[in-house]
Amino acid sequence: MSRPVKQIHLAAHFPGVNNTTVWSDPRSGSHIDFASFVHFARTAERAKFDFLFLAEGLRLREQRGRIHDLDVVGRPDTFTVLAALAAVTDRLGLAGTINSTFNEPFEVARQFASLDHLSDGRAAWNVVTSWDAFTGENFRRGGFLPEGERYGRAEQFLRTAWELFDSWQADDIIADKESGVFLADPAAGSFEHTDAHFDIRGRFTVPRSPQGRPVIFQAGDSDAGREFAASSADAIFSRHSEFDAGRAFHADVKRRLGRYGRGPEDLLVLPAASFVLGDTDADAQERAAEVRRQQVSGATAILLLEQVWNRDLQKHDPEGPLPEVDPLPGEHTIAQGRASVRMYEDRLATARRWRELAEQRTLTTRELIIEVTGRQTFVGSPVAVAEAINRFVQADAADGFILVPHITPSGLDEFADTVVPLLQERGVFRAEYEGTTLRDHLGLRTGAGAGRQL
Amino acid sequence: MVEGVGLAVALDGCGWHPAAWREPEARPRELFSGRYWTELVQEAEHGRLDFVTIEDTLALQSSGRAAGGQPDEPDGRVDEVRGRLDAVLIAARVAPLTRGVGLVPTIVVTHTEPFHISKAIATLDFASAGRAGVRVRIAASGDVAAHFGRRDLPGRWSAESAAELFDEAADYVEVVRRLWDSWEDDAEIRDVATGRFIDREKLHYIDFAGRWFTVRGPSIVPRPPQGQPLVTALAHDTVPYRFAARAADLVHVTPRDARDAARISALVRAEWAAAGRPETEARLFADLVVFLDEDGGRAAERRQRLDERSGPEREFRSDAQIFVGTPSELADLLAEWADSGIDGFQLRPAVLPTDLRAITRGLVPELRRRGLFRDEYRAATLRGRLGLDRPANRYAPTGGVR
Repeated sequence: MSRPVKQIHLAAHFPGVNNTTVWSDPRSGSHIDFASFVHFARTAERAKFDFLFLAEGLRLREQRGRIHDLDVVGRPDTFTVLAALAAVTDRLGLAGTINSTFNEPFEVARQFASLDHLSDGRAAWNVVTSWDAFTGENFRRGGFLPEGERYGRAEQFLRTAWELFDSWQADDIIADKESGVFLADPAAGSFEHTDAHFDIRGRFTVPRSPQGRPVIFQAGDSDAGREFAASSADAIFSRHSEFDAGRAFHADVKRRLGRYGRGPEDLLVLPAASFVLGDTDADAQERAAEVRRQQVSGATAILLLEQVWNRDLQKHDPEGPLPEVDPLPGEHTIAQGRASVRMYEDRLATARRWRELAEQRTLTTRELIIEVTGRQTFVGSPVAVAEAINRFVQADAADGFILVPHITPSGLDEFADTVVPLLQERGVFRAEYEGTTLRDHLGLRTGAGAGRQL
Repeated sequence: MVEGVGLAVALDGCGWHPAAWREPEARPRELFSGRYWTELVQEAEHGRLDFVTIEDTLALQSSGRAAGGQPDEPDGRVDEVRGRLDAVLIAARVAPLTRGVGLVPTIVVTHTEPFHISKAIATLDFASAGRAGVRVRIAASGDVAAHFGRRDLPGRWSAESAAELFDEAADYVEVVRRLWDSWEDDAEIRDVATGRFIDREKLHYIDFAGRWFTVRGPSIVPRPPQGQPLVTALAHDTVPYRFAARAADLVHVTPRDARDAARISALVRAEWAAAGRPETEARLFADLVVFLDEDGGRAAERRQRLDERSGPEREFRSDAQIFVGTPSELADLLAEWADSGIDGFQLRPAVLPTDLRAITRGLVPELRRRGLFRDEYRAATLRGRLGLDRPANRYAPTGGVR
């Protein structure tokens, strides 16, 4: 063999506030109780996953000015959950999505450095940006940031956080009882940073953590988002989980790395992926269709329709054809607090496409919505799913996947018990953790060279 | 009511004496590990203490105040513990590995978001099954403000600027509390027939608008197990007494002796009355730094040794009274102060784990012998342990589930 076979990275997304999560299933448990997180994290660790991932939402979503009540609502605080999970796991990476708009670098750097210490080097930060005044209503500054500046702020935020992480050297704490010297450098933690967004100085309070800097994820898909990832991230959480789109995306972001003096191994591409398993492929297909019906009730179908139509469609019958009226162009007023509304930028074109599809296949509104929104990425027997995942990774359509189960907290159990052993047998996924830190699991550099200089 | 006296410890670094880290039992190289904090809190739990507080600030430790300077001014010293972890995350890290003891991290309100802190403490309450609290403090110094660069605070402390920060802190706690109530207890309905996960009539915008911020709500976290996790504040003077009495469920004070305890107790109780807060819904704890040993001579020697290490220019002073002696002598003192209107005590171990173990293995048995302290945890939640009810939800038409 000329080179060792490419290894797959796997992560687990705790199911939460979106309509992928099926709460109506009798097996569905609490999304808040800590016991659910313990079950989920221990399953991921038993399966030797790279990390567990938590999403973020800083304001409850609204539709037509009222709190959206059809999906799971509410989630616990990210940092608090991850620090508590550090107590009940030993190796699993702990990744949290933390917004760069409604936080400050000093505080976030303190929290991530603390989490990295308390987990012995397992912290990761998915840096996201937002600008909307809707979320801002929960915070001191309100909606202060113009949309165009959000990546600028995110980049400066991250650069500033790195300066804070780097403000302590690994050997700054001596703590020699005999000589009475605790600190090697009287100025340890000193920092000073000035740019268009931040003007801060002083002493950082957390000594250098095991990973030096936490692992950085980026999730945006725009050109600016990809560039940000290429310059600064260790992994990219992508939406491109289809084979051809995945290969194109993978090639695109890896191509950008050279500009920043980075190599292809410095940035992992990890698309989000859902899955449905069955004893046979046919059995899995049947279960997948049932899950889709659970995910998209009539009421949910109307709601998703409203996000494209930008109109109140409460009177529309989900079991009938698509509405005759066209979407309302202009500013989006129906849904608030969702990333997905931006996915349908050209609403008229989307509506045209949907009408054609519905006509062609005689679909009701609900059937159409089931068809066009979020089909499961991997459906099949454990063997078929293991093969598909491996094919994607070996063909560079991805470097691994962030799996999004639809049931809390047991939705990962079957995958851990059936698919993971097959991947391990094929020698494409670890049978044991080899290192202790998340950087070790992801094959990323640690120490002084970890992270990038912008 | 509480049986006997309440008892808590305040954990900070290697202990409250600046030279504590040089003692034989101290573990200064483990200060930044989860295991260090877990073992300390488990020791407190072994003694069935009500709760631990975990110290925190948004500045590097400094001898500034003791040396007559500004509290958070960097001092360039290398002979004392410097650096610390976020207290909320330490509490979260410890929560799954403890069962009974309350967890009360310190947070600074001046530069942080009430929305973030409210959800963090609510989550700590879920992760600890009803044992969470939060100690709130202000940060008045310009040095800390420069870490955020969002507001100018005067370089030097003044009573006037501090009074404003306490007013802001009161608004902050009000927002945190409203957010905890912003979900009624039974808001999650999972009604498969109608497809509704929640009853949105049971979620409430808090619409707080004050001088410093407006917050819309509701929280993203459901109402925590205790309804309202315990809020505590340390106060040394009239303005902070007023703030603490209004905003906190438990007020920490620092009397010099029993007479002073009676004086302060009267002041705080007057503030409770003025705020319309019944005494059954609030607690008054006195803080003491302790050097504790079955052999009183050894305790005194330890203090002397530590003071010598710190050097003459760094005399150990504290806002709280410093007790040096035996568990039995300390029990006498606590009993006397308890008769002067103090409900409980928060002891600050001068050296960790030495003085903590002297509390759990010396003082606690002594108090039990005198019938002043319980054998076991009886109430499941921190509030319950302190004899505080689970409050009705301010937004629920019927007061909600209790």
